[in-house]
Amino acid sequence: MEEIIHDQELESKEYFINMGPQHPSTHGVLRLVLSLDGEIIRKVEPHLGYIHRSIEKMCEHDSYQQIVHLTDRMDYLSCHINNEAVCLAVEQALEVEVPDRVKVIRTIIDELTRLSSHQLWWGVMGMDLGAITSFLYGFRDREMITDIFEETCGARLTMNYNIPGGLFFDIHPNFQKRTKDFITYFKKKLPEYDALLSDNVIFKQRMNGIGKLSKEDAISYGVTGPTGRASGFSCDVRKHHSYMAYDRVEFKEILDTEGDCFARYKCRIAEMWESMHIIEQLIDNIPEGDYKVPTKAVIKLPKGEWYQKVETARGEFGVYIISEGQRSPYRLKFRSPGFSNLSALDHMARGCKIADLVAIMSTLDLVIPDIDR
Amino acid sequence: MNWLYDFSILTQSIHESLSRNFVPGTVVLIEMILAGVAFMILFALLGLVLVYAERKVSAFFQQRLGPMRVGKWGTAQTLADVIKLLMKEPLMNKNADKFLFNLAPYIIMISAFMAMAALPFAKGLQALDFDVGLLYISAVSSLGVIGILLAGWSSDNKYSLIGALRSGAQIISYELSVGLSLLTIVVLTGSLQLSVIVESQADGWWIFRGHIPAVIAFIIFLIASTAETNRGPFDLAEAESELTAGFHTEYSGMKFAFFFLAEFANMFIVSALGATVFLGGWMPFHIGGWEAFNNIMDYIPPIVWFFGKVSFMIFMMMWFRWTFPRLRIDQLLTLEWKYLLPVNLMNILVMAFLVLMGWHF
Repeated sequence: MEEIIHDQELESKEYFINMGPQHPSTHGVLRLVLSLDGEIIRKVEPHLGYIHRSIEKMCEHDSYQQIVHLTDRMDYLSCHINNEAVCLAVEQALEVEVPDRVKVIRTIIDELTRLSSHQLWWGVMGMDLGAITSFLYGFRDREMITDIFEETCGARLTMNYNIPGGLFFDIHPNFQKRTKDFITYFKKKLPEYDALLSDNVIFKQRMNGIGKLSKEDAISYGVTGPTGRASGFSCDVRKHHSYMAYDRVEFKEILDTEGDCFARYKCRIAEMWESMHIIEQLIDNIPEGDYKVPTKAVIKLPKGEWYQKVETARGEFGVYIISEGQRSPYRLKFRSPGFSNLSALDHMARGCKIADLVAIMSTLDLVIPDIDR
Repeated sequence: MNWLYDFSILTQSIHESLSRNFVPGTVVLIEMILAGVAFMILFALLGLVLVYAERKVSAFFQQRLGPMRVGKWGTAQTLADVIKLLMKEPLMNKNADKFLFNLAPYIIMISAFMAMAALPFAKGLQALDFDVGLLYISAVSSLGVIGILLAGWSSDNKYSLIGALRSGAQIISYELSVGLSLLTIVVLTGSLQLSVIVESQADGWWIFRGHIPAVIAFIIFLIASTAETNRGPFDLAEAESELTAGFHTEYSGMKFAFFFLAEFANMFIVSALGATVFLGGWMPFHIGGWEAFNNIMDYIPPIVWFFGKVSFMIFMMMWFRWTFPRLRIDQLLTLEWKYLLPVNLMNILVMAFLVLMGWHF
């Protein structure tokens, strides 16, 4: 009898570990409860709500111009694209056609935002895997884009450059030159990224075959953006439901079939090249014209429902507005890419090691305020 | 300035002047205290210099300046950090094993101290010189893992425990590679005594004279010793992005600083060991037969040669750390048991064959 009890004590048991809300690689206040067997992950349970600001509820009391500002605070790395989603939905409801100039400028800044977001992701990704140097490389290049933003609209992170009906101000006279300078600079620097991480043996070993997500799973979890496209799920909103000036530029939708961490990594690197390609096509062809169409000071949408989706750096971002004809929406729902991408984490991480979980999380490129809203 | 080239002149004169004034027993006691104080000063200096060097080297790799504000070019930054760490509140978990928790940092420090005592810094400047010097250093430097395991175990924190267990698996595995790669050179010298190993390189360093096996052994030593000191890309025990800070998550203030200091001291020890065994230690760069060239090289004092080589090794290790991503635990163990160890064993065989045939230079 004593022997049996003794044996039971020796049996290995699963144990729990709290990863977060304060943890270096959850990139914010995400709390993951891990069930571990030694180092092997049996279950990942994300707990949300540490940065919940009830943005959707606040929207029900704000005017449409104010709502635009709230979207900055969700996915702060794709703030311009978030702003644009709300603006597009409102413009769609008001049946306003924005001038060509606005369309092109919005598209260029969208792509710059995507670039800066991917640069930051690349830096942080390296840091998560223990190569701290990449973090500073990423920030070094991102700084140039934020400088362009600062000159254009005065803000570096939460830009608020979009308003329903156009832009806050016209672009700065330096904008085209600086953007072109940046593109020439970054074309030289992007191969450095490959030299430092992508071609590294350790890095490849850490990424290849880790966190596999099949196309079917990607679709059923609603995983979008580079994460979904790395699994072969063709989900680029820019291609399939083109908005702004995306229908007049030539660009490839980056697709991969592997669905592992390295595929997601390669997808984002390739997207950076595509973004630069898009900017190059547009930057010299900004048409003359107004930078906004005048809208009423108090925007009242007609009664009805509108949905507008855009492609942020993380995936499909949707805005669903139900209006009762008032100055604020009756109900407003955001479809954030981070939330759906996070939902696939448990599926991808089971059976992996703790170090793999960190790698998977960084290839998902989570922004926590986007998940919690 | 003759003593700079041969420290035994200095030590002999100190010994003689002491012998004139004290009985032999007291002389030994005083000499032991002197040596101990000298090592403590060296330890503190190493901490100051290496922390500063690491910050500047990392800044250099990352295209920034590093510490610049405290003192000229931030030279006093480490001192300021020490003051900050001294004034920090020593915190401890409620359920931590208090005795072991406090003991752990000292065990790591003591093992580093003991290993350092046997290093030949320059001609005639070596506190302990036995016939099993190499074995002694590998033995005492592996004591440090006990400190890491105790720190992880007693912290009452799961992150610390995982870090400590990782570290245990890692250090015990890589100990083998470090030992075997050093043995490759021992086959050449035929002695474990460090002073003899250095003297045997008077006609050229072993890395140049030992053919390809010596180069392979040196590369293996570089990899394995980086792993043994828990530094990146093998810093799995700390792994700040996975385990917050690994085994020293719960430590604060001076006890944390001890872990930090021990890491740098260990880095110095393995670098010194590598420099001694592969790169000739304090022996200047000699080429057998070229007397004039050798005489010119002898003008540079041995201690400069020693610290120069050690700095080179340390710079290499810092370079690794600030370039490579971290390995995963299973990849780490695979690297050791499936690649390094078999290569190492074959390498020793080849080396033994070379020595038997007399094919080395």
